[in-house]
Amino acid sequence: MSITKTLSGAKRQRLSLIFLVVGSLLILFTLFVLFNMVFRQLVLDLNGFLEAVNDPLVISSILLTLYASFLATLIAVVLGTPLAYVLARHDFFGKNVVESVIDVPVIIPHSVAGIALYALLQSRSAVGTAFYNLGIVFEDSLWGIVVAMLFVSAPFYVNAAREGFQSINPRIERVARTLGASQWQAFYKVTLHLAIRHLFSGAVMAWARGISEFGAVIMIAFYPMIAPVLIYYRFTTQGLKGSQPIAVLLILVCFVVFMVLRLSTKYWEKRK
Amino acid sequence: MITLDNVSHEWGEFSLKNVSFSVDKGEYFVILGPTGAGKTLILETIAGFHIPSEGRIFLDGRDATDLPPEKRKIGLVYQDYSLFPHMTVEENIAFGLKMRKIPKKEVETKVQSIMDSVGITHLKTRFPSTLSGGEQQRVALARALVIDPDILLLDEPLSALDPRTRESLREELKRIHKVRGMTTIHVTHDQIEALALADQIAVILKGEVIQVDTSSKVFNEPVNERIAIFVGMENVIKGKIVSNEDGVALVETGKYQIHALSKLIEGEVNVFIRPENIILSEARLKSSARNSIRGKITDITQLGAIFRIRMDSGLTALVTKQAIEDLGLAIGKAVYASFKATAIHMTRR
Repeated sequence: MSITKTLSGAKRQRLSLIFLVVGSLLILFTLFVLFNMVFRQLVLDLNGFLEAVNDPLVISSILLTLYASFLATLIAVVLGTPLAYVLARHDFFGKNVVESVIDVPVIIPHSVAGIALYALLQSRSAVGTAFYNLGIVFEDSLWGIVVAMLFVSAPFYVNAAREGFQSINPRIERVARTLGASQWQAFYKVTLHLAIRHLFSGAVMAWARGISEFGAVIMIAFYPMIAPVLIYYRFTTQGLKGSQPIAVLLILVCFVVFMVLRLSTKYWEKRK
Repeated sequence: MITLDNVSHEWGEFSLKNVSFSVDKGEYFVILGPTGAGKTLILETIAGFHIPSEGRIFLDGRDATDLPPEKRKIGLVYQDYSLFPHMTVEENIAFGLKMRKIPKKEVETKVQSIMDSVGITHLKTRFPSTLSGGEQQRVALARALVIDPDILLLDEPLSALDPRTRESLREELKRIHKVRGMTTIHVTHDQIEALALADQIAVILKGEVIQVDTSSKVFNEPVNERIAIFVGMENVIKGKIVSNEDGVALVETGKYQIHALSKLIEGEVNVFIRPENIILSEARLKSSARNSIRGKITDITQLGAIFRIRMDSGLTALVTKQAIEDLGLAIGKAVYASFKATAIHMTRR
């Protein structure tokens, strides 16, 4: 009885079933690619992996990657939050253009972004010289890495933050104003509180995007080596054997970090 | 006292045009108009969220046009309640007091007393998402009242509620206004709400205030056809005054003539008769003061407890179920529709 019921249910849901099967191919593809690499490394060549873990250059490049991307995200949050709020709350002439500009880094090839950044910020350029005088150098420096990461990751934060602000009914802010809150207080005590989850997940996205950046960074700062650059360097000099262990380590570190962040937001949501 | 003096403003496609009216201290003022007429925008302009491009707003005799919302001593309640979802009922209500830096002890007492007065004390520690519409609206009301505002602004406060809750909250609003005597501006599209609550009504259509009057004036003597239709006049007949003897005008409508008490002497007019002022009978009623027009019933529609009867004479009447049974009203039956000369309102066309 229950089998026939399930079968007839399946018949009625034929479309969803077929879509499910077709769709899972994509999931399997992603999982298989990653699992294959991790499995080969950890099971077939554990020693190579442990070598990488004990290689100070590898560890420092991974830490540098996390740190540089964190700085880029911080800048994106500080500059992107006000921008996102304005975009969510106001209509103005040219708003479409502004929104398109925000998305440009997502669309253009990242090596192109790197070239553009290098052209603008290299030490011999006007802007580069101005920053040099302030003591900031981009070429082959942490700041070069940060600026490249910021360029490619900021759209992720701004878009998430804008959606977050848009999801809050402006009437709630208005009521807060009539209750005696100034514009700043209404923003801080009401809007920001309600949008914080969106802002946080946007920041996590931006951070992840920064960590994964390679093309833009390598153009402006080959050194100090972030993990993706080191992986590429080892790949060109030592092949898979030298590069794969670092790749696996980077994936595992990222996986753990993002799981922790994900779970902490879940916990946060539950407490609400 | 609140005065809007020729307030105009544009929002993209929509605009308010020369809005002027005054609300006396302690008055219950209703802004009545269909959806999209600009009612909420007027309210938000009074609250200070839009600075009009023309005209001034006076609160208590002082020009408040450029005053920010937090300095206007206004309580605002929206149709969608707009409670702070990240705060409990208690925290929601206390918000305004905390903004005013009132000592903690006093905040507690005030919050408790307002919760008692609108009957939500048992919801104290709950979050808004767990409350029913009626409960949320009571919290929103308490939150607006606790700061003891000079003016209470209500934006369709009852429209999202089920009929029963709506009625009980309507009584609550009436009671609160009676007890506190607070100047109140209430925006609605619902005529019943307007009739039940208003001292004065402003009718607004497409961004323009068309009529400001007592409720009985608005409903019985609308200044034009658009308002007449909006307030449920049902009978809007075009005619021409043939004569006027001692204040009784004879109006030719083409199909029949109507006697109407009016100061108008001549010209093209709109004749308005409220459907509840028309009496139906099988025989012509004998009385000089009455108009009695024969017509066949074309439609009978039940509207809650009463019935709407349409006749081929173009007239519409509202009758009780009792009347339908007593007269044996049915589609196709010929009846006389009678109404007094004093029950007619006319405007120039």
